[in-house]
Amino acid sequence: MKVTVCIGSSCHLKGSRQVVEALQRLIAENKLEEKVNLGGTFCMQNCQAGVSVCVDDVVHSVSPETVDEFFRREILAKA
Amino acid sequence: MAKIRKFDTKVQHLKYKVLREVARYAWQGTLAENLLNIPEIIVPGKQPTMRCCVYKERAVVAERIKLAMGGDKFNPNVIEVIDIACDECPMGGYEVSAACRGCLAHRCEDVCKRGAITFDEHQKAHIDKSKCIECGQCAKVCPYSAITNNKRPCESACKVKAITMGETKEAKIDNDKCISCGACVYQCPWGAINDKSFILDVIDLIRHSDDNKKYKVYAIVAPSISSQFTYAKMPQVTSGIKELGFYTVIEAALGADMVALSEARELVEKGFLTSSCCPAFVTYVRNQFPDLAPHISHNLSPMAALAKYIKSTDPDSKVVFIGPCTAKKMEFQQDEPSRYVDSVITFEELQALFDSKDLDITTLPGTDLDNASYYGRIFARVGGLSDAVVQSLKEQGIDNFDLKAVPCDGIEACRVALLKASKRVLDGNFIEGMACTGGCIGGAGCLTHGEKNKADVDRYGREAMEKTIKDATDVLTMFD
Repeated sequence: MKVTVCIGSSCHLKGSRQVVEALQRLIAENKLEEKVNLGGTFCMQNCQAGVSVCVDDVVHSVSPETVDEFFRREILAKA
Repeated sequence: MAKIRKFDTKVQHLKYKVLREVARYAWQGTLAENLLNIPEIIVPGKQPTMRCCVYKERAVVAERIKLAMGGDKFNPNVIEVIDIACDECPMGGYEVSAACRGCLAHRCEDVCKRGAITFDEHQKAHIDKSKCIECGQCAKVCPYSAITNNKRPCESACKVKAITMGETKEAKIDNDKCISCGACVYQCPWGAINDKSFILDVIDLIRHSDDNKKYKVYAIVAPSISSQFTYAKMPQVTSGIKELGFYTVIEAALGADMVALSEARELVEKGFLTSSCCPAFVTYVRNQFPDLAPHISHNLSPMAALAKYIKSTDPDSKVVFIGPCTAKKMEFQQDEPSRYVDSVITFEELQALFDSKDLDITTLPGTDLDNASYYGRIFARVGGLSDAVVQSLKEQGIDNFDLKAVPCDGIEACRVALLKASKRVLDGNFIEGMACTGGCIGGAGCLTHGEKNKADVDRYGREAMEKTIKDATDVLTMFD
């Protein structure tokens, strides 16, 4: 599973670092390192609705507050 | 219509107009048909305003068009002389003018340590050129300002002594000595020395990207942009760059944060280092102090480091650097950087591109630009890199290394530090080499140069959301 977090300016200002940190922690806690390939990109053209996170070609809007729930719903459930 | 922008000089304005018109046709794909019309667009009518006649003016414009289109392909240097624009200025050095009154004081004689001043029967001063070392002390002390320096401005500007005179008295650049810093470009009052432009390559990259669908074109902007385009807000400049057709804009300062992180480690490991950010400085060390070349940091420049990272996330992407620097136009053609950076343009050229599309950036809504930390951003001014290395050591918990940074403001200061280092008498272990005075904010590709620029950079640095190098770069290293 490929998970890409936007680290462009808008998403950065909305907390992409915190989102990446949380995803990294959650992936480790759930031992998904082998299954999930976490990467970054500069801009997904979805700047208004950041932090943008792309899971297998579908872009989601995530925030540091919603990242736990997002992980359970979109990554843990599908990995 | 876009307003006339402020430049430091009319030479820059002329250069800009040529770039703008060449770009205008290039966007439309009609440059070949319209090329020969440009000189008359720039120089209309019959009244000359710059040279002896409009025909000479147009001939010079035609040469500028060649430079705007990439210049002489057989000349590897990005800095070129426009022979017919060179005014063949006087080149006598310090000379006594008719203003000498043959006074009693003879301060000029007293101050001259070489005994080069003599007097004729009317007590008027003369300079013995076989003794004169062109120090200029006599000119400083003459109460009548009767001693003037007739050195060519290009030669005075070129601190690495790469400019000499050709047989027909036009300026000649020694490519083995030239560091492509552009000091002569900025200082020649006739605009006879110019940097080659790659705007056509950039326009092609954008046009052929099919609105960034075939591949994405990323713009990396240097932090010195904070002292430029001051007629608009920074977020509007970012929007303007995107309006040109770039996919997104990223701060080169993030690359500077990456450099600060690894440069501190490299310094501790090696004990003595020079920076590698400034390509003109790096070329200078290689040319003039080859023995010190092994001490040049192995880091890529911030531009190349960030471009490398971008290409790791998006291998098909194209990366264009926008900055104040003419030497970057050399750097991106070198072996390793050429793999990551596809082209380089200056702030002058960016202004021409905006206006070639009649884009008034002051009317645009803003776009955020915030990727780097305070420390990455202050690389734009002299001393910033040293501050960043201090901070980087601290953040990495390295407290057993006694850093003594030597920030060098301009290539002459670099020379002094390198000379001392080569003789092992330098009081320091880290040379921060900045070829331009003030650092990148003094670059030849800036629209304007001024006292306020350093303060602008520092303010911009403080506005960064991330306050530490670690916070700015963590997000990158987490994906490794």
